[in-house]
Amino acid sequence: MGTSGRTMLAKIWDQHVIAHLSADTDLLHIDRHLLHDLGGSRGLLDIKNRGLKVHSPELTFATPDHAISTAHGRAGTSKIGQELLATLRVETAASGIQLFDIDQPGQGIVHVIGPELGLSLPGCTIVCGDSHTCTHGGLGALAFGIGSSELTHVLATQALIQRRPKTMRVKFEGKLPLGVTAKDLILALIGHIGAAGGTGYAVEYAGSAIGNMPVEGRLTICNLSIELGAKMGMVAPDERTFEFLRGRPYAPKGEIWEQAVAAWRQLPSDADAVFDREVLIDVEKIIPQVTWGISPEHVIGVDGRIPDPQAVDDPARRAAIETALDYMGLTGGVPIAGTPVDWVFIGSCTNSRMSDLRAAAEVARGRKVAPNVKAWVVPGSENVKREAVAEGLDKIFLEAGFEWREPGCSLCLAANGETAGPGQRSVSTSNRNFVGRQGPRARTHLASPASAAAAAIAGAIADVRTLGR
Amino acid sequence: MPQSFNKLTAIAAPIMRGNIDTDVIIRIERLVGNSIRGTLGKWAFGSLRYLPDGTENPAFILNREPYRQAEILVTGPNFGCGSSREGAVWSLQEMGIRAIIGSGFGDIFFANCFQNGILPIVVDKEIVDSLAADVEATQGAGKISIDLEAQTIVSPSGKRHTFEIDPRRREGLLQGLDEVALTLQRDDEIRSFQTADRTERPWVHFARKSA
Repeated sequence: MGTSGRTMLAKIWDQHVIAHLSADTDLLHIDRHLLHDLGGSRGLLDIKNRGLKVHSPELTFATPDHAISTAHGRAGTSKIGQELLATLRVETAASGIQLFDIDQPGQGIVHVIGPELGLSLPGCTIVCGDSHTCTHGGLGALAFGIGSSELTHVLATQALIQRRPKTMRVKFEGKLPLGVTAKDLILALIGHIGAAGGTGYAVEYAGSAIGNMPVEGRLTICNLSIELGAKMGMVAPDERTFEFLRGRPYAPKGEIWEQAVAAWRQLPSDADAVFDREVLIDVEKIIPQVTWGISPEHVIGVDGRIPDPQAVDDPARRAAIETALDYMGLTGGVPIAGTPVDWVFIGSCTNSRMSDLRAAAEVARGRKVAPNVKAWVVPGSENVKREAVAEGLDKIFLEAGFEWREPGCSLCLAANGETAGPGQRSVSTSNRNFVGRQGPRARTHLASPASAAAAAIAGAIADVRTLGR
Repeated sequence: MPQSFNKLTAIAAPIMRGNIDTDVIIRIERLVGNSIRGTLGKWAFGSLRYLPDGTENPAFILNREPYRQAEILVTGPNFGCGSSREGAVWSLQEMGIRAIIGSGFGDIFFANCFQNGILPIVVDKEIVDSLAADVEATQGAGKISIDLEAQTIVSPSGKRHTFEIDPRRREGLLQGLDEVALTLQRDDEIRSFQTADRTERPWVHFARKSA
């Protein structure tokens, strides 16, 4: 048996092994631990109650995002939300953990601020008590979500016991057609291999479409890895990555920057590396995507028809479609475009960065949100908010009739009490169309920022390509 | 410290819909707070278990006898996908669930189960379907037996199936091991790793000074 090259996963993994615990399980060093108000406060209290200390506060960073209101002045943050924030402030200060607090540059959705501040770096192991931690893989990091117990473990030890995952490479080849974005590519992939297609794998995204994609798009791609079932997703670092990170506040400077870049250049998978599974996607066949059901795998092109359960032979699949259509209040067999909507949400760790807001503003500019549609733009971070205001994007949105909010997770998961009402239909740039995700009995359609803005203008699910400009 | 798991013979409830995500298992607003443990059992599967007016949905299996007594769930594919919220496991545990049998689980949910002494068992879909059919044939009265040490499942009709499990995780469950305490015994190794790494990759360790 000849030796083959190594994958990026293997290179990063091996560099972090503190101890081998069994044939496939290792104790890994964790380079970055990101805390938020929902799980972080509880974790810090947990180790305090156990009489333990934060092992490496200099590698731990915190920000409130989940439970805070995104109204101006943070008005309407619930009593419990305020308590969580108060705990986060007290316990991070007591442990020497840096907190990026509300209204300060650096605050924001934890998966937006990590890359933005240069905290998230190629080759790093990054964890957070949030499944969308896979986002940071867009910079070539090994990043994944953990539960509360593992969070406590990392606080106490700066290490984590992990089984080495299988490897999958997804190559997106070709040039992005008009109106097609990173969000559409990853939704199309989930539709293609299913919401469990990546379970047990670390996915590396590659191919010409990824190579040509700006870093923010790569973060969006990696963000939805968990909706594929994969808790880790990654893109090899390259010149785009280095240019993105250069000069960011927490990125290395001077000589150490040069040293870091030299090390990062060694990270990409070797040409002869072997993956457990390979998937090839022809980007040129993809059109803007929109979900119709209650799993991200329930996705079609915006010019398509809602699946007709009568046309499906397999009883389990037919029942699954019927359940989804019943919840969503949709009829099988009809075109999805034209479905009236009540809500549009532009935000979340998936799509709330500058490129996302620019794409949505481009559609909104000079137009009006349809009557009866409530449309929100929630920037991903305080810095994104300030940059967008400096560019005048807030004015474009406000003139079109969108609400321009403060940074946070908001309506993506409705943990802060911001919800769509029962039975209301939302087009959302977030990551999950689960039952009740945006509020009890609320109905979510996932789409790109441009498609979401188009829906706000049309008052219905719309093909952004036919809106014209 | 997690409870240990060895043998279990119990009522099992088949919940065969695919892709039941952790948002469906427990809604996020139930998890907002510093002291939520012990409050979650009645909110597990809330959107399936209760009607919009708050009353029990009689059509949902866990609202029917004998399934109310279930300590085992037999689940459809990709159970526990989605959010990393460990509250999903806590809520199931608080309603009395101790083992979950399915053809595949969300990776983070799967890991969270072990952290709480809940045994998630992955077997082929054919076995899951046969266990569910066997349970339903007895209107739920027939119990499933799980033996972790022997790695076997016995269905209500007496069919015996074996299952695979990571030996480390099996040992951890059998003994109810506390991973934090075990890892802290290796703190010398962790600290010497960090000392060497500060020279090797200074950009990882001195981020705050650089800012």
